[in-house]
Amino acid sequence: MATTLSRDAVAGRPVDPAAPLLVVEDLHVEFRIEAGTVRAVNGLSYTLRRGETVAILGESGSGKSVSAQAVMGIIDSPPGFVTGGSVRFRGVELLDLSEADRRRVRGDRIAMIFQDALTALNPVFPVGWQIAEMFRMHRGVPRKEAREKAIELMERVKIPSARTRAGSYPHEFSGGMRQRVMIAMALSLDPEILIADEPTTALDVTVQAQIMALLAELQQQTGMGLILITHDLGVVAEVADQVVVMYAGREVEKGPSLPVYHRPAHPYTLGLMDSLPRRDVHTERLRPIKGSPPDLLAIPPGCPFRPRCPYARDICAAEEPPLAAVTSEHVSACHFWEEVSRERAGA
Amino acid sequence: MSDRDRERLFTSSPAPVVASFEELEAEPIIRREGSLYADAWRQLRRRPMFIISGVLIVILAVMAIWPGLFTRADPRACNLADSLLRPSSEHWFGTDVQGCDYYARTIWGARVSITIGVLVTACSTLIAVLLGSMAGYYGGWVDTVIARLTDIWFAIPTILGGIVILRSVFSTRGLLQVSLVLIVLGWPTMLRLVRSAVMATKEMDYVDAARALGVRNFRIIRRHILPNAVAPVIVYATITVGVIISAEAALSFLGVGLQLPAISWGLMISVAQNRILTAPHLLLFPGAFLSVTVFSFILMGDALRDALDPRLR
Amino acid sequence: MGRYLIRRLLQFIPVFFGATLLIFIMVWAIPGDPIAALAGDRVLPEQVVQQIRDRYNLDDPLIVQYGKYMGGVFQGDFGEDFRGRPVTDLLGQRLPITVRLALLAFGFEVVLGIIAGILAGVRKGGFVDNLVLISTLVVIAIPIFVLGFLAQLLLGVRFGWFPVSGVQHGLYSYLLPAMVLGSVSLAYIARLTRTSLIENLRADYVRTATAKGLSRRRVVGIHTFRNSMIPVVTFLAIDLGSLMGGAIITETIFNIPGLGRAVFEGVQRQEGTVVVGIVTFLVLVYMMANLLVDVLYAVLDPRIRYE
Repeated sequence: MATTLSRDAVAGRPVDPAAPLLVVEDLHVEFRIEAGTVRAVNGLSYTLRRGETVAILGESGSGKSVSAQAVMGIIDSPPGFVTGGSVRFRGVELLDLSEADRRRVRGDRIAMIFQDALTALNPVFPVGWQIAEMFRMHRGVPRKEAREKAIELMERVKIPSARTRAGSYPHEFSGGMRQRVMIAMALSLDPEILIADEPTTALDVTVQAQIMALLAELQQQTGMGLILITHDLGVVAEVADQVVVMYAGREVEKGPSLPVYHRPAHPYTLGLMDSLPRRDVHTERLRPIKGSPPDLLAIPPGCPFRPRCPYARDICAAEEPPLAAVTSEHVSACHFWEEVSRERAGA
Repeated sequence: MSDRDRERLFTSSPAPVVASFEELEAEPIIRREGSLYADAWRQLRRRPMFIISGVLIVILAVMAIWPGLFTRADPRACNLADSLLRPSSEHWFGTDVQGCDYYARTIWGARVSITIGVLVTACSTLIAVLLGSMAGYYGGWVDTVIARLTDIWFAIPTILGGIVILRSVFSTRGLLQVSLVLIVLGWPTMLRLVRSAVMATKEMDYVDAARALGVRNFRIIRRHILPNAVAPVIVYATITVGVIISAEAALSFLGVGLQLPAISWGLMISVAQNRILTAPHLLLFPGAFLSVTVFSFILMGDALRDALDPRLR
Repeated sequence: MGRYLIRRLLQFIPVFFGATLLIFIMVWAIPGDPIAALAGDRVLPEQVVQQIRDRYNLDDPLIVQYGKYMGGVFQGDFGEDFRGRPVTDLLGQRLPITVRLALLAFGFEVVLGIIAGILAGVRKGGFVDNLVLISTLVVIAIPIFVLGFLAQLLLGVRFGWFPVSGVQHGLYSYLLPAMVLGSVSLAYIARLTRTSLIENLRADYVRTATAKGLSRRRVVGIHTFRNSMIPVVTFLAIDLGSLMGGAIITETIFNIPGLGRAVFEGVQRQEGTVVVGIVTFLVLVYMMANLLVDVLYAVLDPRIRYE
C-alpha cells in the first residue's frame, strides 16, 4: 500500500520534481470506424500546473472530450486509438504505462467527472456505496470505514443530511446534488488532477453557479489542477487560467484566458464570443456562427473553419494555417489573426 | 419453442439505453444521408443472414403454393403394402405406416404451416395495430381497458391456453379452428409493441402541429403515427410467423391441434413418436423441414431488426 | 418498496380473476354442449353427464357457476375426472415430479445461459460471440419436441449416455429431459444477457467506473452485471409459462409421470375436466411466480420501486 500512497512516484516510477503537473504534447487520437478514420484529436498540446485551471473549449465533435478521455486512458479501443504524442504526469509518460499501472493512476491521481451525473452514476447502487468503492478498491479500506469516509466526503461537498442520503440511489437526487455526489467520488482519494467534462451543462443556471463555486473552493483547498471541458466561454473567463480552443480536432487558439477572452485572435473564438450574451460588451444582437462543424471523415484541405469563416480568402482553402504567435503565450491558427484581433482592440 | 411470451424478447429490452459520450459527440459528424429504410436495405443486401433466410422463405412459399413443382406423387395415394419403407430412390424420404410417400407428405406439409403462420400473424397484427394505436393515441380509459385486457391475456401461456380452448370448445379441429385459437392468444405482445411505439410518437411536435391544424384523429394515426411503428412491427411479425408455425406443430403434436387426415408436420411427428426407434426417418424429415422453416423466419426477423434498429448495430 | 408491493398486489387481483374467468368461459360458457366437447369422441352415460352438471353447477347462472368454481379453487379444488376422482389427488402425485424436472431445467438454463451470454457479450463480434449467436438461433428454431426426440434418439439410444425414458434411475433420469426442457430458454437467456450486457457496457456509468480506476473484471462483473440482469429477470418470469408448456411436451416424450404427462394423458383419454383442472392450476402457479419475480425485479432495480 505504501507505494500507492506515496505521492512521489507514479505507478512505481519516480516523479520529476521540476516537471509541471501535466504536459500534453501533440496528442493524436483516431477512431477507426466502418465508414473510415475519424481524426478526433489532431495535435493538441497544453500544460497544466498545480492549482491552475486549463479550459478546453469547443463545440460537440471538436475533440475536447476525446482528448480528456485520452489523458484518462479510458477511450474504448477499438475503435479509438491514441496514435501519437505524449501525456506526461509529473514527468512520467502515461502513454507508456501498462493498463494495470494506468488503472492505478485513474481515480487515484487523476479523476474525472462527467456531464450528466444521472447516467454517469450507476443506477442500481446507493451513492454512498459508489463513493466508498474508491477507498475499498484503491486503498483496501474495510467496508464500514469506507462508508464513513464516503459520508464525510458527502458532507464536504455540502450534501445535506449526508448520513441518511448515503443509502439513496442516484435517481433520488436532484441534478445538482447528483453532480455533488460525482464530485465527492472523484475527490475521494485527493487526486492531483480533476478533469471535469462539461460538469454543469445538464444543470439549471443557478445550480451551475453553485457547482462551479464548489469546484473552485475545493481546488483552493487541495491545490489540484483542473481541466475544464466546456463549450461555455462565459465559464472559461471566470475560472480558467489557460484556455485551449478546439475546432474539428485541432487547437485553433490557445493562451492565458484573459487575453483570449478580451482579444481573440481566431475567427472561431470571435464567433463564439458573438454568440454569447455579454454584459461587458454592448452588441446590437447575438450573432451565431453560421453553418455547422465539418464532417470529420472528410475534412476539406486547408483551414477546417474556412467554410464558416467571414475572413476566409483563397489561401485558406490551400494552406492549413500554422499556429502563429500573437504574444509569447498566445497563439492562433489563422492566416489573418492580426486582422481578427483588431476586431476587439477598440472594444 | 412456441410460447408467445418468449416473443417479448424480440421487442426492446426494458433496460435503459444510454448513448455513450463518444456517440453523443460523434453522431452529428458522421451521420450520413438517406432514410432509415434505404439505409436498412443497403445493409441487408450485404448480410448473409438476410440472403439465406430470404432464399429459404421464397422456396418454402413456392412449396406451399405449388407443391406439385416439387413432387409428382400424391400424398394421399397410399399403398399399405409399402408401409414403413426406408428412404430409397423411389421414395426419397421413405414411406409412413399407411405406405404413403413421405417425401410428398413432407412437401405438402409446408402448405398448412405457412398458411397458419401467415394467416395468424396477419390477423393478430391487424387486431394489435387497431387496438394498440387506439390505446396509445387516446390514452385515458380506452388505454386502461385495453391494457388491463392485455394483462389478463398475458397471464395465460399460449400452449396452456391452446390446450384448454382447443380441447373444450371445438369437437373437430381443422386449419380454421387452430388458426382462430392462435389468433385469440397471439395478439397481446404485438399490441404492447404498437401501443408503446404510438405513445412515443404521439409526443412528437409534428403530431401536435397536425392536431393544432385540425387534422382528424384517424388521419393523424394513419398518416403520422403508424408509419413510425412500422419498423418494430415488421421485425416482430416476421419472427411471429416462425413462432406460430412452431406453436401449431406443438399443439398438433400434443393431439389438440390438427386432426388426420390433415397433412401437417406436427401431426406427422405426433404419429411418428411411437416408432422413432424403428423408423427414425418419420421423425427426422418433418422435424428438419419444420426446424428450417422456423429458423428462416426467426433469422429473417433478426436480420431485419439489425438493419432497422440502428441502436444495436 | 412497500408501496410498490401493494400496487403490484392490487394489479394482480383483476388479472387473477380475469384470467380464471377467461378460462372458465372458454370451457363452460361457449355456446354448445360443454360436456360433449370435453368428452370428445366419447359418449358419456347419462348418469355421468348429470354428475358433471351437478359437480360444476351447470344449472346455475354463469356468474354463480364461476363463483362456486372459484370458491372451490381457493380451497384447492380443481374439479374431478369423469369417474369422480378429484384432480387434486392427481396434482398431489404428479406435482413433485414436475417440480423436480422444472427446477433442474431452470438451474441449467439460468447458469449456462448467463455464462454463455457474458462470454459472448464481453467480446462482441468475437469467435465465442458468433458461436453463441448461431448455436442459440439453431436451438431456438428447433421445436422442443423435435429437439427432445433427437436428444432421446442420439444421447439416449445411440450413445447410451442417458436413460431413454421413465424415472427409474432417480435424479439421473431427469437430466436429459431437463436439458431439453431448458435448452430453448437457455438460448434466449444467453442472447438476452448478451444484448443487455452490450447495451450496458456502452452506458455512461461504465465509463465512470473505468475512470474510477476499477479493474475490467470489476467493471463488468459488478457494475454492469447487476444492470444487465434486470431484463433477464423479467424474462425468467415470462419464461415460466413456456417452461410449463414445454414440460407437457418433454414429459410426454421422455415418459415422465409428472403434471405435463397428465395433461397429455388427459387429452388422449378425452378426460376434458382433468385437462382443464390441471391447466387452471398451472396458470395460477404461473401468475404467482410472475408476482414473485416482480418483487425480485424491484430488489434488483431501485428505480422501479418509485415509479
